[in-house]
Amino acid sequence: MSIEVNSIKVEWIEKETIKQLLKRVKYTFPLVVVKINNEVIPRKDFSKVIVLDNSKIDVIHMISGG
Amino acid sequence: MNKDKFDKVKKKLRKASVGIAGIGGLGSNASIALARTGIGRLVLVDFDKVDINNLDRQYYFLDQIGKPKVNAIKENIRRIDPNVKVETYNLKLERGSMYHPFKDIDVVIEALDNAIVKTEFIEEILLNLPEKSIVSASGVTGYGHSDRIVTKRLGKLYMCYDKYALSSEDDILMAPRVCLMANWEANLALEIILGEDK
Repeated sequence: MSIEVNSIKVEWIEKETIKQLLKRVKYTFPLVVVKINNEVIPRKDFSKVIVLDNSKIDVIHMISGG
Repeated sequence: MNKDKFDKVKKKLRKASVGIAGIGGLGSNASIALARTGIGRLVLVDFDKVDINNLDRQYYFLDQIGKPKVNAIKENIRRIDPNVKVETYNLKLERGSMYHPFKDIDVVIEALDNAIVKTEFIEEILLNLPEKSIVSASGVTGYGHSDRIVTKRLGKLYMCYDKYALSSEDDILMAPRVCLMANWEANLALEIILGEDK
């Protein structure tokens, strides 16, 4: 029972939303895009979409500097 | 050199335009690289003035300290190629109107500093100018690790991206890596304008 967040194995938690998962894995940077199994998830759905077991999550974040 | 290809590319670039948001480490170096290609028009936006602390990585000179960055970069571009049209906006991009200066250019380059503002800018361009290609950069800090930088493409958004880099508040900014990312952005803009080089 696990998922992958940016290629790192993370424990899967039942009924967890994307928003809760991002908080759990401490993704505190502003996010550009979140994809689950290659599908882009709109920002407005972060607190609605439930992460299923075995999902592959890609998070593209923005870091200060320029 | 392949003269036919050179002439074809130069002709296409003369008609092309790029807009750059932020003319600091990323934007100043990207605009100089694009000017050297003979790009037709650059639209450059920044509110800041040249500071002595910028000179370790930004394309400015000691005698330009105190000048608005957009004026200083325009001077520097003129010294390279006076045929490049340079349109400048000495202003701070504000939410809701960030996309205004970029309505009639071919490619937008995000070259801002603060992560939240960078993200807001991308969202505004994608939302208000959905046909526009936008190039962005995340992870410019530190030194070394050139091979961690990748291009990520998501629809019209192209990102020069290093997922392991730290924020500029927690790391340092140094010319080689900042210029690498700036030129990566400029190179992506060329690829978008000209099509993939094979």
